[in-house]
Amino acid sequence: MKFKPLEILTHIILILGVLLMVLPIWFSFATSTHDNVSIMTEGMKFFLGESFSQNYNEVLNEKGGWSEEVTATRMFVNSFIMALGIATLKVVISAMSAYALVYFRFKLAVPIFWLIFITLLVPLEVRIFPSYKIVSDLGLTNTYTGLILPLVASATATFFFRQFYKTIPDELLESAKLDGANSWRFFIDFLLPLSKTMLAAMFIFMFVYGYSQYLWPLIMTTDEKYWTVVMGMKIIFTENYEGVALPRTGERFAYIILSMLPPVLVVVILQRWFIKGLIQTEK
Amino acid sequence: MSFLELQNITKIYPNGTKAVNETSLNIDNGEFVVFVGPSGCGKSTLLRMIAGLEDITNGEISLDGNVINNIDPSERDVAMVFQNYALYPHMSVFNNMAYGLKNRGISKEEINNKVNDVAKLLEIDQLLTRKPSMLSGGQRQRVAMGRAIVRNPKIFLFDEPLSNLDAKLRNQMRLEIKRLQRQMGVTSIFVTHDQTEAMTLGDRIVVINNGVVEQVGTPKEIYSKPNTKFVAEFIGSPQMNLFNCKIENGIAHIADMRINLNNSANIDDASLGIRPDDILISDNGQHTCVANLVEYLGSDMIIYSKIGDQEFSCKLSSKINLNAGDTFKFDISNTLVHLFDNTNGSRV
Repeated sequence: MKFKPLEILTHIILILGVLLMVLPIWFSFATSTHDNVSIMTEGMKFFLGESFSQNYNEVLNEKGGWSEEVTATRMFVNSFIMALGIATLKVVISAMSAYALVYFRFKLAVPIFWLIFITLLVPLEVRIFPSYKIVSDLGLTNTYTGLILPLVASATATFFFRQFYKTIPDELLESAKLDGANSWRFFIDFLLPLSKTMLAAMFIFMFVYGYSQYLWPLIMTTDEKYWTVVMGMKIIFTENYEGVALPRTGERFAYIILSMLPPVLVVVILQRWFIKGLIQTEK
Repeated sequence: MSFLELQNITKIYPNGTKAVNETSLNIDNGEFVVFVGPSGCGKSTLLRMIAGLEDITNGEISLDGNVINNIDPSERDVAMVFQNYALYPHMSVFNNMAYGLKNRGISKEEINNKVNDVAKLLEIDQLLTRKPSMLSGGQRQRVAMGRAIVRNPKIFLFDEPLSNLDAKLRNQMRLEIKRLQRQMGVTSIFVTHDQTEAMTLGDRIVVINNGVVEQVGTPKEIYSKPNTKFVAEFIGSPQMNLFNCKIENGIAHIADMRINLNNSANIDDASLGIRPDDILISDNGQHTCVANLVEYLGSDMIIYSKIGDQEFSCKLSSKINLNAGDTFKFDISNTLVHLFDNTNGSRV
């Protein structure tokens, strides 16, 4: 096989890019399998060490926090619940509101759409105090509901669904009507299956968005039971400077590696769907 | 009382366009009616009003004795075949056909039987597991038909279903639609802008122009006795020749040609129509013209010529030896002409 110079060049750029992305992760992983003494004395590692099971076991099961009660496993569960809740509700709500905007020709549909769209300019961080006030007035601090609810509306997703629904030919709706489908059935039997790809893509984005929330859970939760992974990253394994104890760098790297797993898994699993949907053009 | 009755149906779109104007029509059970007219004449709108996909501005539609103006399309028991078929892209052929039945709460077993029967009838039983994207145009057409047939509706509505097919397939599907309709005896309305389709398919033809029904009749009536100038021009291929002329005491003056109409009509501004194949060419004909252009079509040929400055065509057997530039003699028989008053376009 012969390579043209341009192909070689593009491949070199590609490989450099991959290395740039992957190497830091590999360094983190390799370092996470060493004991703290060797990390302290020798710095970041490139090759695997022997403390894999010890470090990961400690991370998952050691009780930490001020109360010495919360484990990393608990935080993973919390993060997962939060991300899943946010992603699911975001997708469901935006798909439905886009359906309403496109198919039900009520007056003001267009102004309402632009109103929704404008909320893109007001992310949670901007309205964080009013949001906190509302949630705490409702008595939802330190609950999963409180973690999830203020984040479930999505202008981006509504916009994407709206644009997609607009490309679906009217005849499809008319034909479905004649076949006896009511508006609910049309949504379930037609729009949802047709937007499978879109649903998967939105779910991926929103899951990662929910998973990487930092500020909101930090403000919302005073009870360690509701800590999430991302906020834990700052807190966990830093409190144990007792006497001559070493910084627990190995465990912290293990924690970082573990915290990356759920979003990666979601992307990998749903990507298959995503690509399948892209290949079968079904319109 | 007819099976389907349209009474003074009017459709005005929100932007003020009048698509259908005061249309009344009665259709009997089992009849195959074709709505024909140029694009934008309101024929599709009329069909969609019957289906329930468009609101009716004024008038009343009743089906099988019930007024259906305000009945939801799904409850009207009509089935429609769309121009682009509107198959459900994410469902298999089987599910495409079964969907309407499922919504009506029919048992799985019965759905299976019905779909399989109809699939056999349309020879698509090998395709039931495929998705529409894996079908050819003709196969999609069949599935769309199957989806309508399987529901056993009171009326079939066809909205230009053949216009996306190539010429050969179109002829084949046309025959098939006709055969199926005869076989099942279901009242059908077929919308088309193609006069050949209209002539071959319909028991009766409704010619529509500018939202108004110009003429209703059997293909034969429409062809042999067009009520208006529009119908005369629209139906028949090649188009009917229409000469602007002045009629004095039953004699038509076309340039320097005189045709005795054998009546006592006096019209200042008239149109005299004669079909290209009704012009009789013979060596001892009264009139003489020069063939400007000859179009050879195999068994027939079409000659283009002029009387004064008015062009006309005649269709004759290609066995006659006639070339462009030759003169020919012909007769126009007063029993074969159609006479229209140009002031209102109606037949005299």
